[in-house]
Amino acid sequence: MDNREVLICSGTGCLSSGAEEIEARFREELKNKNLVDDISVKKVVKKTGCVGPCSLGPIAIVKPEKTFYGKLDIEDVPVIVKEHLQEGKIVQELLIEEDGKKVEEYTDLNFIKGQKQIALKNIGEIDPSSIEDYLAQDGYQALEKVLTEMTGEQVIQEIKDSGLRGRGGAGYPTGLKWEFTANAESDEKYVICNADEGDPGAFMDRSIIEGDPHKVIESMTITGYAVGAERGYVYVRAEYPLAIENLGSALETARQEGYLGENILESDFSFDIEIRVGAGAFVCGEETALIKSIEGERGMPNPKPPYPAAKGLWGQPTVINNVETLSCVPEIINLGSSWFAGIGTESSKGSKVFAVAGDVRGTGLIEVPMGITIREVIFDVAGGIPDNKEFKAVQIGGPSGGTIPAQYLDLEIDYESLDEAGAIMGSGGLVVMDEDNCMVDVARFFLDFTQDESCGKCPPCRIGTKRMLEILERITSGEGEAGDIELLEELGEKIIETSLCGLGQTAPNPVLSTIRFFRDEYEAHINDKTCPAGRCTSLAEPYVIDPELCIGCTQCVDVCPVDAISGEKKEVHVIAEDICISCGACEEVCPVDAIYQRSNKEEGDKNNG
Amino acid sequence: MGAKKFPELDPIIEKYRGKKGILIPVLHEVQNRVGYLPDDIQKHISRELKVPLSKITGVISFYSFFTTEPQGDHTLGICLGTACYVKGAEDLVDEVKDQLDISEGETSADGTFTLTVTRCVGTCSLAPVLMVDNKYYGNLTPADISGILEKYQDSSQEGN
Repeated sequence: MDNREVLICSGTGCLSSGAEEIEARFREELKNKNLVDDISVKKVVKKTGCVGPCSLGPIAIVKPEKTFYGKLDIEDVPVIVKEHLQEGKIVQELLIEEDGKKVEEYTDLNFIKGQKQIALKNIGEIDPSSIEDYLAQDGYQALEKVLTEMTGEQVIQEIKDSGLRGRGGAGYPTGLKWEFTANAESDEKYVICNADEGDPGAFMDRSIIEGDPHKVIESMTITGYAVGAERGYVYVRAEYPLAIENLGSALETARQEGYLGENILESDFSFDIEIRVGAGAFVCGEETALIKSIEGERGMPNPKPPYPAAKGLWGQPTVINNVETLSCVPEIINLGSSWFAGIGTESSKGSKVFAVAGDVRGTGLIEVPMGITIREVIFDVAGGIPDNKEFKAVQIGGPSGGTIPAQYLDLEIDYESLDEAGAIMGSGGLVVMDEDNCMVDVARFFLDFTQDESCGKCPPCRIGTKRMLEILERITSGEGEAGDIELLEELGEKIIETSLCGLGQTAPNPVLSTIRFFRDEYEAHINDKTCPAGRCTSLAEPYVIDPELCIGCTQCVDVCPVDAISGEKKEVHVIAEDICISCGACEEVCPVDAIYQRSNKEEGDKNNG
Repeated sequence: MGAKKFPELDPIIEKYRGKKGILIPVLHEVQNRVGYLPDDIQKHISRELKVPLSKITGVISFYSFFTTEPQGDHTLGICLGTACYVKGAEDLVDEVKDQLDISEGETSADGTFTLTVTRCVGTCSLAPVLMVDNKYYGNLTPADISGILEKYQDSSQEGN
């Protein structure tokens, strides 16, 4: 066996594509062949957190070669055991092929090699339930260094020098937040880790807690030491059961091993952490609302100031950091602030995790240096758009963010550049959309979300988002009126100006940014009553059959869900335009491409001419 | 007329009694145990923990995870996060509605399934996603729905 290890990605993505069955089969196969006994099988076949390229799951990585086997079938397992684990030969036919070449090492995958992993560094490398694995990756070294060699002020200075900024939303400098909390006068202070990852399309915090829970514990403990707190809370979404479970058992182990609790590592410093599970309210990602929720109240935000650093949980100074932000801390302590500050752009240091999803080949989590272009992320790392479709836009930053069109593909990503382009870094959700997406409908989708999640405390958000949603619903159902776009713009600006918290202050962004870049789509909906992408079905243009091309095969008649097509066999067919719902099923089956929408055909003719 | 007693909730109440900020954890555990949070249970928690009933009801109505209605044996959660939406999750919702003849938030006539639409469940790479209780099903098309439902219908019947 030559000390080989098999790492099975057990992130939620791979679990749902069958990773557990693959893992069980590996163990069974090894035991049946008497290659390992019951005890050492756990050391050979390990479950790890999310490796990243979810679209290639289920995944097994064989060490020390770091061979990557993806899209595994259960029958592939005995082959890998025999050829690779026993005979030491990499199984060529099970390797993933990229750009016409087989990729052997996991770090050579397009998806991995463009990355710079700091927050995600251990994930996929270690078994999250094993503190030994974490220690082997220099785990808890930063905590030891801090406790034995540094004062709280020195730790804060190091974080300030690194240029680390919050990864969960607004990008506030982390070191400053710590300093304010440290300087606040009180005997009782708190550290909160915000794991209420509510932005649809973002899942890096889930992955970090599931795959590397000890890092969250170590970082929070360092934060506690720096600001003078003895108690921490992790506020995690109820939608993340595996994260809650893995963190809970890591907390137990950390306490047993002396990394958490009274007199940590025999120092004078004591710190402990409690998990608080959210209950399904998006607004609780906002820090003052989150504090209310931990206190057992309705999660409604408060005006700031006072900031939590002065008056937070139970009225005491509190530092709140997001999971990904905290996950950068041990590396900064271990490798130094200048190392971290050497990565990224002038204003934005280090790397950022993005959750890539939507109409893109390589979906999953990537961590790339700040300053990389959107094009590199989508086309080089994530492999571009599938099915020969055109890239249309990418939505960055969730319901608080904006939609960025093709002309900005070469934009270098940092906090300021995204802001200027009408999006925000936010939590790093990156949803790619191809030509089939209607931007007005996307804006409506986000407003529907924020309107529903508005806590109702302040009128601009409660009433304003409702009015905006009504206008968008009118437009997408073909009842838009002249002046609607201007009204949306005016409402949006006022809501941003006057809302109480970050939810309302950013809710209009998806609407304003789609108006900015796709105004013609809004106008088409309002003036011409058409949806250029064909997504808004009540507006979509009916299909027609070209009588010169139709061969009367009747295939379209069979698939039409509303029986809008008539015609005898071997005679020309006709679509009843008033019945057609523009679903496009007929166009897909037509063997002679006789079915089309008028506007699409005219556009095609123009391009050809 | 004495208040209704819930001895099965005693261990939960005792665990949290006297601690601060514990209302939400208590509601989570009670809902896990009972399945939902009806009026008489809210009153019981109010008496035991000395928290005003209005506050308990206020918290329950604020958070979408808490429910005052009994739920089916299995909860179908269709994710309507951005990625799932872009990948056609609404078609899955329509398919479930058709098959079970229920709307969002309702429970099927046989008590097997409750249909919910959820916020992003964080498995965007598998979009569109359906969660049945704590299990994820990804990359679905409406055609996959009946097969998944059948699995749970069978096991529910065996359980009875």
